[in-house]
Amino acid sequence: MPEDRFAGRVWGFDDDINTDALSPGQYAVDPVEVRKLHVLESVNPSFASEVAQGDVIVAGRNFGCGSSRETAVENLKALGVACVVAESFGRIFMRNAIALGLPVVVCAGIRGVFEDGDRIEVDLATGRIVNVGSGSELRGDALPAEMLEILEAGGILAVLRKQRGG
Amino acid sequence: MGMTLAERILAKAAGRQEVSAGEFVVADIDLALLHDIFAAQVFDMLGEVGVDRVSDPDKVVVVIDHLVPAPSAEAAALHQRIRKHVARAGIKAFYDAGEGICHQLLPERGHVRPGMLIVGTDSHTTTYGALGAGGTGIGTSDMVYALATGRLWFRVPETVRFEMFGELAPWVSWKDVILHLAGRFGADAAQYRAMEFGGPAVKSADMSSRLTVANMAVEMGAKFGLFAADEITDAYLRDHGGVGAEPFGPDQDADYEAVHEILLSALPPQVAMPHEVDRVGSIVDVEGLRIDQAFIGSCTNGRIEDLRVAADVLRGKQIASGVRLLVVPASRRVLQEALDSGVLATLVDAGASVLPPGCGPCFGGHGGLLAPGERCIGTHNRNFVGRMGSTDAEIYLGSPATVAASALAGHLADPRHLEVTNA
Ligand code: SF4
Repeated sequence: MPEDRFAGRVWGFDDDINTDALSPGQYAVDPVEVRKLHVLESVNPSFASEVAQGDVIVAGRNFGCGSSRETAVENLKALGVACVVAESFGRIFMRNAIALGLPVVVCAGIRGVFEDGDRIEVDLATGRIVNVGSGSELRGDALPAEMLEILEAGGILAVLRKQRGG
Repeated sequence: MGMTLAERILAKAAGRQEVSAGEFVVADIDLALLHDIFAAQVFDMLGEVGVDRVSDPDKVVVVIDHLVPAPSAEAAALHQRIRKHVARAGIKAFYDAGEGICHQLLPERGHVRPGMLIVGTDSHTTTYGALGAGGTGIGTSDMVYALATGRLWFRVPETVRFEMFGELAPWVSWKDVILHLAGRFGADAAQYRAMEFGGPAVKSADMSSRLTVANMAVEMGAKFGLFAADEITDAYLRDHGGVGAEPFGPDQDADYEAVHEILLSALPPQVAMPHEVDRVGSIVDVEGLRIDQAFIGSCTNGRIEDLRVAADVLRGKQIASGVRLLVVPASRRVLQEALDSGVLATLVDAGASVLPPGCGPCFGGHGGLLAPGERCIGTHNRNFVGRMGSTDAEIYLGSPATVAASALAGHLADPRHLEVTNA
């Protein structure tokens, strides 16, 4: 269950990272243990092997653009990515992230103030983002209460289970 | 304050008098679409959550269109699972392999009506905006929730309006218009937003053209790509399902995030170049590039109107040697109409191969894939690396006229240069 506030190590990516890069088509039907090894390999080959539990992705515009495949989100979660902060997201990726309980924050200007390996602090409820090293602070879009609720429950299927009294 | 089309659709679905952009609503789903890539998985997930029936089977449409006819034993087994799930869930609106592409079938068979809220596990669900319906793509978990409860949460989107003026030149189509918009405004220009298409020029856009434009609204990131319902919508509905519709549009004083005025009169045929849908230029700039394959089909441009334009270009002629021309009707009805009207004979006489109705080579499932180094121009909607086979192939996107003209010439060609021998 994700917290509203957390800190982590940054992996930076540029604009237009699409769902093919996040979930390459040729491994589409493989189990998540296999799929996660190939996440973003066309962009940063060391990412999948070196990313650690609690790391945060900082990206440019249109992160997760492309198809509706949910494995794009599932793979990042399986690798332990705690949150994605981007200038903007592909719409369905953002929906899927909420649906699967992966926190996402839209923050203008974010890509320019983080390098690989920086430490980041994120507050989902207020949208406050801090680069711990440089001290620079940005204000992303706070997640609306409705989305936070789904995230806190652990995703839309957890919400469904709860509603059904399961 | 008046409402945009998107706001009117979501207000209705949420049972509210009024909603405005930025609000969150829980809305009733009027129709849910599943196709063969995700349907079995969604039904399995429903079972895992302990839901043994969908909330309203009459609001679900299932289509087998991506892998048809099944290219492998695995695909055949997938289809088999889907048929079992559909029967068990009591879903009547089921279109099996060969009936056509989901985004063609839903409008064509009368499932879509103005004002509906429609979700699909497919990004091109925006297509239904052509009829004034709010169609949008969602993932499988959201679909499980929607099927179980009949509802889903939405953020009411801001709307960007495009006011269209002027008249298209001969051989220039609404495919060229939407490619032009993607090139001019960019692939994320309408991210999280609704696009609304209006102005005097849309009055001359037939339903087929509107479906093309709404289909590709998602290539600019849009949640919905909407046209108001008017006489053209009314006539289309009467022809495809029986009951006409009242006009349904935005309020006069609706609040838009931006309004862009677009003059269509001077627009040349457009092509999207490898490997981005928003890398768009005039055909004039790329004319002469040799091609190996031309593809006319997909949910963007596989309708009878599109095949007719191609037949007009190819009538009495032969495609260039060394070029493969694949024609994939968007549905069995389109195929039937092409057969009855002689359009199919014209295309086959010119050298086209006709594939069964479905997605065909559009997303690289099978049937007409590309080798390394090959170049293809197609009427579909995405030209990403590897979309149609080899990652070393190049995909250009254009209108049916441009694709047919290119097949004839053996290279990317401007349809305006054709001498037409109309029968
Ligand atoms: S024709 Fe192409 S874009 Fe349309 S639904 Fe099929 S694969 Fe998707």
